[in-house]
Amino acid sequence: MSQNDPSGAQVPDARGYFGAYGGRFIPEALVAAVEQVAEEYEKAKTDPAFTAELDALLKDYTGRPSPLTDVHRFSAEAGGARVLLKREDLNHTGSHKINNVLGQALLTKRMGKTRIIAETGAGQHGVATATACALFGFDCTIYMGEVDTQRQALNVARMRMLGAEVVAVKSGSRTLKDAINEAFRDWVANVDSTHYLFGTVAGPHPFPMMVRDFHRVIGVEARQQVLDRTGRLPDAVVACVGGGSNAMGIFHEFIPDAGVRLIGCEAAGEGAETPKHAATLTKGDPGVLHGSRTYVLQDEDGQTIESHSISAGLDYPGVGPEHAWLKDTGRAEYRPVTDDAAMQALRLLSRTEGIIPAIESAHALAGALELGRELGPEATILVSLSGRGDKDMHTAAEYFGLYDTDGGK
Amino acid sequence: MASKLSETLAAARAEGRAALIGYLPAGFPTVDGGIRAIDALIEGGCDVVEVGLPHSDPVLDGATIQTADDIALRGGVRIKDVLRTVAEVAAAHPSAPVLVMTYWNPVDRYGVARFAADLAAAGGAGCILPDLPVEESDEWRKAAGEHGLDTVFVVAPSSKDQRLAEVTAAGSGFVYAAAVMGVTGTRAAVGNLAEDLVARTRATTDLPVCVGLGVSNATQAAEVAGFADGVIVGSAFVQRILDADGDEEAGLAAVRALAADLAAGVRR
Repeated sequence: MSQNDPSGAQVPDARGYFGAYGGRFIPEALVAAVEQVAEEYEKAKTDPAFTAELDALLKDYTGRPSPLTDVHRFSAEAGGARVLLKREDLNHTGSHKINNVLGQALLTKRMGKTRIIAETGAGQHGVATATACALFGFDCTIYMGEVDTQRQALNVARMRMLGAEVVAVKSGSRTLKDAINEAFRDWVANVDSTHYLFGTVAGPHPFPMMVRDFHRVIGVEARQQVLDRTGRLPDAVVACVGGGSNAMGIFHEFIPDAGVRLIGCEAAGEGAETPKHAATLTKGDPGVLHGSRTYVLQDEDGQTIESHSISAGLDYPGVGPEHAWLKDTGRAEYRPVTDDAAMQALRLLSRTEGIIPAIESAHALAGALELGRELGPEATILVSLSGRGDKDMHTAAEYFGLYDTDGGK
Repeated sequence: MASKLSETLAAARAEGRAALIGYLPAGFPTVDGGIRAIDALIEGGCDVVEVGLPHSDPVLDGATIQTADDIALRGGVRIKDVLRTVAEVAAAHPSAPVLVMTYWNPVDRYGVARFAADLAAAGGAGCILPDLPVEESDEWRKAAGEHGLDTVFVVAPSSKDQRLAEVTAAGSGFVYAAAVMGVTGTRAAVGNLAEDLVARTRATTDLPVCVGLGVSNATQAAEVAGFADGVIVGSAFVQRILDADGDEEAGLAAVRALAADLAAGVRR
């Protein structure tokens, strides 16, 4: 669904470009399959039966609309600014990822394919995909970096419980980037039977547009909920950005609202000034990765630099092309948030509100704390709480010393 | 004026045989060792060589070439080393066209016009860029054309006939027909997709059609040579060097021997 950008251009254009970013950098073997996805999606989105089926799933299976929660005690730490959380963590499967997965699962059925593959970082997209495959009866293979299978072991067990095959990818940095590489290799070999259910707003056209469209519901609901709750639009919308799917989902409806700041929080790992970070928009340069032109962490020879983040879901050296375009046009701002700031925000929300967020979402919370202190008590800040933190309890327990053997802290 | 690549393929055709095209990555296992290995491809009987520019994210390569790329990148290979490889091989074998095969981002990052100019200056004959589809290739083809470089596009069994016509109209030198749907790597059988693809491709173009992906021995080479203008072999050569386990002379001898075997295969 293209829309008018502030300068009046349609994004993306027919070739999938958001300004200078996007496009379709794929091997010839995948051209027919990617064109089929694009054509089927164009048909589906104007088909009332498709929309009705998806809407029913989002309501009765996912549990939409997701609530908007005022977090008063947390707000006190954010300079007194009013912080409102869009509760994607309360969706079935525990994150926003299910929105896109159900849309693409219905599309897979329309295309007559019987097998789905997907990449996953934190495991949330993998769990959502495995869930949809169980629901629709598709064969399911999930590629996950070996490092991530260890730090998100709970989600590996969930995927296997749901009947998916989980492949631990041992090449390269053994994280999300390499899981995507391996999923592409599978797709090239099995494209007749298989849909690659890409999990973020990156990849070749039409994925950045289509995945955004399936997540637009986040911002559409939240904008109305904030208006109903507060009588006005928020001053800022804050979301974490790895590939950037929950951020595009919540930002999109607000793009025409010029007075609403859109702020993406990237993973700065040990610090954006150190070599150990995943702050692609802050520190990267335009290039081509995983099928589209976008910002990439790369060296001067165009080799991808390994990213680092305590959050598996943000540990990615690329980013969706629409974010690259929003950065260059100035419509959105992107800030780096360190591992430590995110972990402190995770603990703060847990202890002030009784909500344990995913480490990914905690980056947005840390951004909101900083922004609230800048804007003061008159401000209203909408935060995308993209996922829940159950999967991260091992990482958090080690970080804060919560196991009995550590004596607790 | 016909390019060196076109002339070489035409000469093979005039002999009533398919051409043999060998691939190895630059910098594998070292820059100088890689140059000697590519020399060995030609000494063994390859008519054309493809020098791989290793990439951190080789999404179209199977485990064998991934391993070679890893070794090359960990060894610190840079684009300037790849260009030196091309220059030294081209200087030592003036009649053998030297192509570069790589993913798009290294070329994009290096600078499209700069890469074309530097590759031409090194004596390179052209490029194969398997993740750069025709629709995104205008800038590259303009730069390549200005420097007399060929651009070889890949076609796949999944390519529809109309698409084949679009792709072959944009390319030069030859058309790279992927024998199977999948990534690089040796396979027990070439399968029957390749012959059909070659026939469908020939219906759209006068360019030679060369077949790669999965070909690893003389029997397969002879089979493919029966219906294609060229036979492309990569992973099998890489595997010979990996199998030599650091013994450079043994690796070079194995590469030479395989090239000679395959060269006999395309002449059966």
